[in-house]
Formats: sequence, structure tokens, C-alpha cells
Amino acid sequence: MSSSAASDSRALLSVRELRTHFNVGDHAVKAVDGVSFDVQEGKTLGIVGESGCGKTVLSRSIMGITTASNASTSGSVTYCGTELAGKSKRELRKFWGEEMAMVFQDPMTSLNPVVRIGRQLTEHLRAHKDLSKSEANDLAVQLLTWVRIPEPKERLSNFPHQMSGGMRQRVCIAIALACSPNLLFADEPTTALDVTVQHQILNLLAQQQQERQMGMVLVTHDLGVVATRTDDIAVMYAGKFVEKASTSALFSGMRHPYTQSLFWSIPKTSEPKHTRLSAIVGRPPNLAALPPGCSFADRCPYVQPICREVEPELQTIDSHSFACHLPVGSSDAEAALSANISAGLPQSKGAAARREAHQGTLT
Amino acid sequence: MAGSGTAHLRDEDDMMIRVENLTVQFPAKGSNVVHAVSGISFDVRCGETLGLVGESGCGKSTTGKALLQLPPPTGGSVQLDGEELTQLSRPEMTARRTDIQMIFQDPISSLNPRRTIGKIVAEPLDVWGPTARDEQWALVASILDAVGIDPEDAKYKRPHEYSGGQCQRISIARALVMEPKVIICDEPVSALDVSVQAQILNMLEDLKAKHGLTLVFIAHDLAVVKNISDRVAVMYLGKMCEISDSDDLYAKPAHPYTQLLMDSHPEPNPDAVIDDTVILGGEIPSPIFPPSGCRFRTRCESADDRCANEEPKMSMISDGHYVACHHPLVEPVS
Repeated sequence: MSSSAASDSRALLSVRELRTHFNVGDHAVKAVDGVSFDVQEGKTLGIVGESGCGKTVLSRSIMGITTASNASTSGSVTYCGTELAGKSKRELRKFWGEEMAMVFQDPMTSLNPVVRIGRQLTEHLRAHKDLSKSEANDLAVQLLTWVRIPEPKERLSNFPHQMSGGMRQRVCIAIALACSPNLLFADEPTTALDVTVQHQILNLLAQQQQERQMGMVLVTHDLGVVATRTDDIAVMYAGKFVEKASTSALFSGMRHPYTQSLFWSIPKTSEPKHTRLSAIVGRPPNLAALPPGCSFADRCPYVQPICREVEPELQTIDSHSFACHLPVGSSDAEAALSANISAGLPQSKGAAARREAHQGTLT
Repeated sequence: MAGSGTAHLRDEDDMMIRVENLTVQFPAKGSNVVHAVSGISFDVRCGETLGLVGESGCGKSTTGKALLQLPPPTGGSVQLDGEELTQLSRPEMTARRTDIQMIFQDPISSLNPRRTIGKIVAEPLDVWGPTARDEQWALVASILDAVGIDPEDAKYKRPHEYSGGQCQRISIARALVMEPKVIICDEPVSALDVSVQAQILNMLEDLKAKHGLTLVFIAHDLAVVKNISDRVAVMYLGKMCEISDSDDLYAKPAHPYTQLLMDSHPEPNPDAVIDDTVILGGEIPSPIFPPSGCRFRTRCESADDRCANEEPKMSMISDGHYVACHHPLVEPVS
């Protein structure tokens, strides 16, 4: 269990008040705006959010690979006690691969299409370790075996287009694992894949993580993926963490209205057909012109005047953090929701229908 | 698995779509043939939603397009409201397409980036009328309004000024403007965020009720398909595995492939039991050389000699629930 308040001595990675802003014209797009968290050895943190919430920029900022020239990053990223923020690319290169590695979303484009799989695997092996060509090749075969690619020797001479999407993602994982990193960022590793393949890839990641006692950050938009695969979950909205808790605590009692709305909007196989979904009205806010107060206010079924004026701080109760004036489950929130429903506020319609269908309970 | 047979077709009068032994093949390198869809049959009642689900490459999109005769299927029959579409001449088919419209997966690339929203939605009317500009606009405005897009605002805007969800609404408006009987939705929500996905799914349900539409809903997400469909057909490598009422299918999957899909589906429930032993599953075989007998047998745990030699036929498990498997997971009622 990680806590955002105090830095844990055993934390593999500590991120404090990380901000990445992109300067566009005379305003800043606040893609990541004050995010803090820890990742422990052997544990998985899931980061969940919709597109445009800043989850990819967050993982890239930690790795130090935000390439845009108009990006400005501040805050602290500590890896095993070493401060990474402000290090040059040259210094960071020692950390990439050997200490922390990344698996990207799209296995079709993250491999070089004109270079054989074998060379893509051995290239950085040889850069990081003092290996001869044949030693590197042997290790590459070993890596492909780890990620369960059949006939690994033959596969080394393949080009990426000769492999399926799932196989390519396995190769990407093999490349990420090649130098035995202690921390793995997986940025939507299965979004482009079929459910059956997704299941296998997630199993593979979990198994490799367990064997190596790696820390892992699993970035995804799918609450279903993080539900069974993570120890902790952070929910991100408009560049900030709005809720963070252990996976079981989060699913047993969501405190932030956004987390709850996100959960309700997902169709579930356990519900009968034609179950009305509680969609979240509207769209995420423009990150270049965030409203004052809570950035979820315009879409929130519980919204009250205070939410539009004062930005809620992240508060922690029993290691469960949330940034909301009217946390779900409190009597204030229930009263606010009832008032909004009787006032006919559009964003409370979904909650009203749900309340009716579940006879008053909203969980 | 792949199965053929027509036992699951319903012989009733109110069928909007009736597809029998639909086959679509494409020429491949040399004299090879891609068996994209191999003899599938299904029917869709008026006002019903049929979900087509399966992995990529199973032929679900090809099936959707074959209904529209795009391209005309290699074999089999497609009936729309009692009329055989495969026998129609090209101009006759063009006229029939007003009744059967399609929504595509990628909402942004399916709209012409250089045209205004007003023009995009009005284009079908240029062909089929009314052609008078003010009449056209009145119709377009009412439909844009129905899908939740402000018409005055949209008239001169172009697709890039809208988000993915809004573009999908515009695609739906373009399909609706012809007042079709059937809409084929090819993965309409898979490119969208979950919150927007819920908006679009709710809207499709509302429009279906309001306009009396019949939907064929193609998707790979089992939960989405269950939510919107009355009946669900599971496809694998160009064949139909199982078809059933959607509640029944999810409660009692009879086909090992349906079971595999369900086991792989991540439910947002931390207590769900996951089978973490599967690390290497079989991949979908080439549709150029599909396996003999049951096409799923190369990935099936209960496959035996019979599965290699004899193709399973659709047979009844319970009322309205049919499966094509020699070793179904649910014992059929005889």
C-alpha cells in the first residue's frame, strides 16, 4: 500500500508534485498538474483515466522522454533515492532499460518496421552490457522464450510485419525486460489487442513481474483491466489524481464522483441486456483553460456551488485519497445529489435512474 | 468452431433480415482463396438487435458489408424484408441501400475532412431527395438535433472541429437521414472512451425505439454487445459458433470459444477469478488454409478426431439457443 503523504523508505519510485505543462501560445496546457505517488518493489500501480487526462504524458515525464520542445516539467522523481528530474538524456540513458523500462501502447508502430526482430532485441543489450554478438543472440533467444514466442531462433530473422499484433507486443515486452529492469511502465499495453490476446499478455506481465519482483505501473483506460491486476489504483482526471486507494478499497467504496461515474458508464456482462448505462454528460475540460474549482464540476451529479469556486485538495483517510468536497458516501453528498435530482440537473439524470432502479442505494 | 447449418433460423413472417449460407471469398496470392465468411446463416426480426462478436479476422465486418452487397457475396442468400438482394441488378441494389445504412468504426476517418457537417449529412439527400436546399436543411437540422449536435453550429463546421464522440453522432445522423429500416453498426464505439461510449450506446437504444430500427451490431467487446443486443451470434474464422438470446448466452455459454472469450473479458470486479495460467494461447489460423472439420479445433481443449473430420452443425441447446459443437459445454435438451 503506498501513501502519497509520506515517502516510504522502501519505495522503488517516488514522484512528488510532478507537473508537465506544454506552452501553447500564451497559455499552458496542464497535461500533468501536481501528481504524487510511490511504487513499491513487486507491486503494481494502475493509473486509470480517459483519453486526454494526461496519463501517457505522466509516464513519459517520469521516464524523461517528453520530447516536445514546448514542454516544461517540474517536481521530483526519485528512483531508489536518486533524483532523476533535471538529469540530462545522457545520464538518464543509464537508467533506461537497466533500471526502468517501458512498454508502449501500439505494438505496430513501436517496433522499427525495417529492422529484424533479432537486431531490435540485441541492439540495446549490447549497448548496456558488454556482450559479443553471439552472446547477445543467445540472450535474445532466451528473452523470446521467456515471453513464450514459439520457435524463438527462427523468429529472430523476422521483420515486425511478419508477426501478429500479440506476438509483436510480446517482442516489445521482451525488449523492455532485456536488461532486467526493476520498474516497468506499461502504457496501455493491450489496448490494440483482442480480448483473448489481452488476457495472455496481462498474464505474461504478471508472471514476469512476480518472478523478477519488479515494480509495475499499468496505465489504462479500462477499469476492468486494473480490477484484477493491480495492488493500488490511481484515477486521473484533467492532469490530476482525483482518487487513489488500494484496489480492494477503491472497488468496495469509491469516494470520488468521477470514479463512480466512470464505473457506472461501463457495460457489464453481469447485468441483463438493455441495462441503461449512466453516461457521463459532456466532455473532459480543455486542459489549456481549466475552470476554477473542481475540473469535474460540470459533469458531476453531486455538484454544488462550492465545487465551482474552490479547488478540492487531495485528502487521505485510512490510506484512501480523494479530492472532493462532497465525497461519495458522505451525507452531504447524498443531500447534494437529492437536491440536484429534484432540480432536474442534466448530469444527475443517470444517477436518478440508477437510484430508482436500485431502490435508493447507489452502489 | 465453426459450424454450418440452418437449424437456428426462425420461420416467422416478421424477419427483417434473413441470411442463408452466406459465403464471401477473396482471391489471394497464386490460386489461393481467403475464406473470409464460409456459409453462415442468421436472421434478425423487425426491431431486434443482433450482436455479432468475435476476434479480429473472424469475418464479422465482412458479414456486415456483405449484407449491403459490398462486395456482393460469393454465395448464399441475403433477404431484406422478404426481398432477395443477391439477385438485384446494380441500380436496383443502389436504390435498396437507402433502407440499409452503415456506421463505421473510426468516426473521424469516415467523414470527409474537407466538407462541412451540413453537406456531409445532406449528401444522401442530393441523390434520393428532397433536393430543394431549404427542405434538405430542415430534415438535416432535425436529425442533427436528434443525435445531440447543435445544427446551426454544425452547418459550416468541419469534422476536425468535433471530438470522436461527436463525429460518431454525425455518422449516425448521416445514416439516419435516409430513414433506413436497418443500420449495420461496425464497431461504432470501440474507438471511444467509456464515458462517451455509454452516451452513444444509450442514444442508439433511443433512436432504435423512436425510428423502429433493426440493428446489426458488430463489436469485439462482450459487455457492449450484451448490453445492446437482443440476440448474440459468436463468430470464429468465418463460421458461426453459437447464437442465442444474449442473457441466455452469457449465463450458459455452450461453445468452448464463447467460454474462452468470456474468460478473457476483464470485468471491473476485483473479486473476479482470473485464469492466470493462459500465457500462450493459440492464434487464429490463416483463413486461406482453415483447419478441417471444426475450425476452432486447433485452439480447443476438448477437440478430438471427430472435430477434425466432421464439421459440427448448428443444433439446439434450449429454446432459441443454438450451438455448432460436437462437445458443447451445456447438454442439449433432446
